[in-house]
Amino acid sequence: MLLKEGTVRIPSGCAISGLISRDGKRINGSEIVKSISYMHERSNGLGGGFAGYGIYPEYKDLYAFHVFYEDNSSREATERFLDRHFDIVNLSRIPTRKHKNITDEPLIWRYFVTPLPTKLAASQLDEKEFVVKCVIRINTHIDGAYVFSSGKNMGVFKAVGYPEDVGDFYRLEEYDGYSWTAHGRYPTNTPGWWGGAHPFALLDYTIVHNGEISSYDANKRFIEMFGYKCNLLTDTEVITYIFDYLNRKQHLPLEDVASVVAAPFWNEIEDMPAEQREKMKLLRGMFASLLITGPFSIILGFDGGLMALNDRLKLRSMVVGEKGDVVYIASEEAAIRAICPDVENVWSPKGGEPVIVKVNGGVNI
Amino acid sequence: MPINYIYPKYDVVRDSTRCIKCGACMRQCANEVHSYDDELDVMKSDSMDCVDCQRCVSICPTRALKIIPAENRLRPNGSWAQDDIYEIYRQAEGGGVLLSSMGTPKNYPIYWDKMLINASQVTNPSIDPLREPMETRVLLGKKPKKLEFDKKGKITTKLEPHLELDVPIMFSAMSYGSISKNAHESLARAAEELGTYYNTGEGGLHKDFYKYGKNTIVQVASGRFGVHEEYLNVGSAIEIKMGQGAKPGIGGHLPGAKIREEVSRTRMIPMGADAISPAPHHDIYSIEDLRQLVFSLKEATNYTKPVIVKIAAVHNVAAIASGIARSGADIIAIDGFRGGTGAAPTRTRDNVGIPIELALASVDQRLRDESIRNDVSIVVGGSIRNSADIIKAVALGADAVYIASAALMALGCHQCHSCHLGKCNWGIATQRPDLVKRLNPEVGYKRLVNLVNAWNHEIKEILGGMGINSIEALRGNRLMLRGVGLADKELEILGIKHAGE
Amino acid sequence: MKRVYVNEEWCLGCHLCEYYCAFQNSGERDMVKAFGRDVKPVPRIRIEDIDGEDGIHFAVSCRHCDDPQCVKGCITGALSIKDGVISVNEDKCIGCCTCVLSCPYGAIVVDEGKAIKKCDLCVKNGNGEPACVANCLNRAIVFEERG
Repeated sequence: MLLKEGTVRIPSGCAISGLISRDGKRINGSEIVKSISYMHERSNGLGGGFAGYGIYPEYKDLYAFHVFYEDNSSREATERFLDRHFDIVNLSRIPTRKHKNITDEPLIWRYFVTPLPTKLAASQLDEKEFVVKCVIRINTHIDGAYVFSSGKNMGVFKAVGYPEDVGDFYRLEEYDGYSWTAHGRYPTNTPGWWGGAHPFALLDYTIVHNGEISSYDANKRFIEMFGYKCNLLTDTEVITYIFDYLNRKQHLPLEDVASVVAAPFWNEIEDMPAEQREKMKLLRGMFASLLITGPFSIILGFDGGLMALNDRLKLRSMVVGEKGDVVYIASEEAAIRAICPDVENVWSPKGGEPVIVKVNGGVNI
Repeated sequence: MPINYIYPKYDVVRDSTRCIKCGACMRQCANEVHSYDDELDVMKSDSMDCVDCQRCVSICPTRALKIIPAENRLRPNGSWAQDDIYEIYRQAEGGGVLLSSMGTPKNYPIYWDKMLINASQVTNPSIDPLREPMETRVLLGKKPKKLEFDKKGKITTKLEPHLELDVPIMFSAMSYGSISKNAHESLARAAEELGTYYNTGEGGLHKDFYKYGKNTIVQVASGRFGVHEEYLNVGSAIEIKMGQGAKPGIGGHLPGAKIREEVSRTRMIPMGADAISPAPHHDIYSIEDLRQLVFSLKEATNYTKPVIVKIAAVHNVAAIASGIARSGADIIAIDGFRGGTGAAPTRTRDNVGIPIELALASVDQRLRDESIRNDVSIVVGGSIRNSADIIKAVALGADAVYIASAALMALGCHQCHSCHLGKCNWGIATQRPDLVKRLNPEVGYKRLVNLVNAWNHEIKEILGGMGINSIEALRGNRLMLRGVGLADKELEILGIKHAGE
Repeated sequence: MKRVYVNEEWCLGCHLCEYYCAFQNSGERDMVKAFGRDVKPVPRIRIEDIDGEDGIHFAVSCRHCDDPQCVKGCITGALSIKDGVISVNEDKCIGCCTCVLSCPYGAIVVDEGKAIKKCDLCVKNGNGEPACVANCLNRAIVFEERG
């Protein structure tokens, strides 16, 4: 019997693409769909997805939950749970169009919510932690329900299929955002489950990832000590949790997060000036189990920016280019040139060297 | 002459067509098995006192000797093995507790051999350690829980005192007294060259070896032998020995014959008197008492050194380890029941404790379940035989391993299980000067360095095969292991899947 | 030059160096055969023993002196020094044993043959390292340059 994602670990290769306007100008979703479509060969039709930032300006202070349901009973159970914990400002099905290559779709719903102040106070958690706990609760305990996007003013759209078909299905040309990431999946097995497609998201963090990490279980068993539950058994999921833990919970700046997950080698550390050496030794010592080995190229999307990172041996391709205020990142240069033929400054970041792009002065919608 | 119930276990077989009567076997056997009859001009052997240490076999220039199991046997009996019967004879004659040395020779399951290691194929690349960096450095000790920053956003958190190992292998506790000064010197020098640590055991530290302090772990055991302020401060870490895998529940035994002048001075005990450590630490009858000793030792060393608490793997090891992790200790060392000893009651050695593989798996999981795995490092020992065992230990969750039996083998030990007799022909487990000198530390330390370097090369190869380029990415990475021939319960405790899953 | 030195701290008194020396100089390929004849080969190195637990053992062999008495006293010119190594030309030696008497270390021996026997650091029959050094159990006998 074929096991569903989450009951078995499925390695996969992939294509990733991302773009961001440093000035916070909103770019139409059709751009990113076009970009990823040029790497059709790197996917096999078993998963595609997108994350868009700045797409819900009218609800920018509310958490936007995107949820897959297998049936109405899981939806009802989830909505009862949401009702108990959140003020639901708006709910609707996410608009889709029928597409010949996208079939077996689950129920796909969207909620704009804010935590109930009484519940939040009673939990003694900060707001984001409260939201995370609720999302993990739904995903772990409500059968047939899966929250796949939970940040503010951003959203994930994913499905089983080729990414360009997925973009069409979700009508991404109807959304505009200051940054976008995309993913085309090439798993070595047939999960056939929409939740398993990427990006993986938690709050406003989204990860698209190409690679197969060899440190998976070391990372997973460590991060699960801190309240996370790796339900999907995918690299992307655990990498997202690692970024959330280090950046949101430990307040470690993204540059330093890169130095944990793609740590400099000890002989490089020994050659650093004393202060930096002490810091790197602390980070490698304290978060040894969050070192990620094996090939990966990832684009982390977050509120107000993107970060691209390769494993420290650079075992996966990834290029970055610029044109005007827009920065492009992709597995292959072709995917950039598809939407920006005269792209400039194309370079291939070194292994372990993060490329961090932030919208000037934060999100200015 | 009374009846001799016991027939020698071994036959020393001499091929007289090859023997050139050089007499080296005779001169080198401390048990006086070999002799020369000048009237008959023949070399003779009486295997009654042979312990099968293979010294004579190893040095015979014409390979004229071999030692084989004696062919004489008692009437076969499915219920009563010959050894069982002989042990009854020995106790009927002597009335004492049976003593043995080294690890149990009994045929208990070795779980290392029932776990297989993964490798990369197609979906991710294996890494070639000859062409790419491959890291085996390990930091042992407590890790801070939370990063703190100053107003400018600079990290103010500091690493607590820790041990830094270039290889994930340390030499575990063997006291000066149970082993010779030359054996200690070999271990100390090897630790220094390898960038790792050796452990004094409970016998104190000879003044000559203070210079190796930065590669030394000093042990404090229930007998407190050789413990004083300078001793505590000269090492890089302090280990509280609560128990030992070979003899959980009892203290160390050092026969008086091994306590000669220098051992006596180092241990601060009289010459010739048996050194029997108390079974418990008499100031530790509970976990809160352990906490006090941990902090007394930290206080005595001005909070500059990590404290290791070493326990034997026993049934309730996970809960005990959890208590230790909350006691202020920085490192937990767990010693499995196949671990060695210089002297232990045979019944204890062969029947008490549990396999290290299961103990390690349950401790690591328990500490993770309680979110305190990063508060302590885990070091395991007790029959680590090769680099594959180390890979499996790290994948189950160990930070590093302790080796002792294997280290002694590198020095020449042939596992004759006779350390307690004090007549080690290899110059290791003896204090007799003529025997001690057989271990030249110049030779010994290089053999230890060779062994550990060889293992480290193998570790790098296997890590690379898995697509991992630093050992910390293997730690607790149980997906890299699969069981073979294991029952569901065993797989559940080990936290691994069966091969094929 | 490199010479054979004995560290008595590590000499175990096993006497194996004597046997390996004798074998090396016997010209036989098999040790068993070398010692199987009625006339046993003679070693050029000899262990002195004081037995017991605190015993002392040390090996004595030719020091290859810079100013050797044996060469000076040799009446036929059989003993000569070349590149620091003192060796005997067995064809010239008449077995007068003047060298045996004049060696202050007692490092020259005689056997049943005509010529005397002495250590030549295995230059004629060894492979770079004297047999006593190569086969020492405990690296008590070393072949090295000392100041």
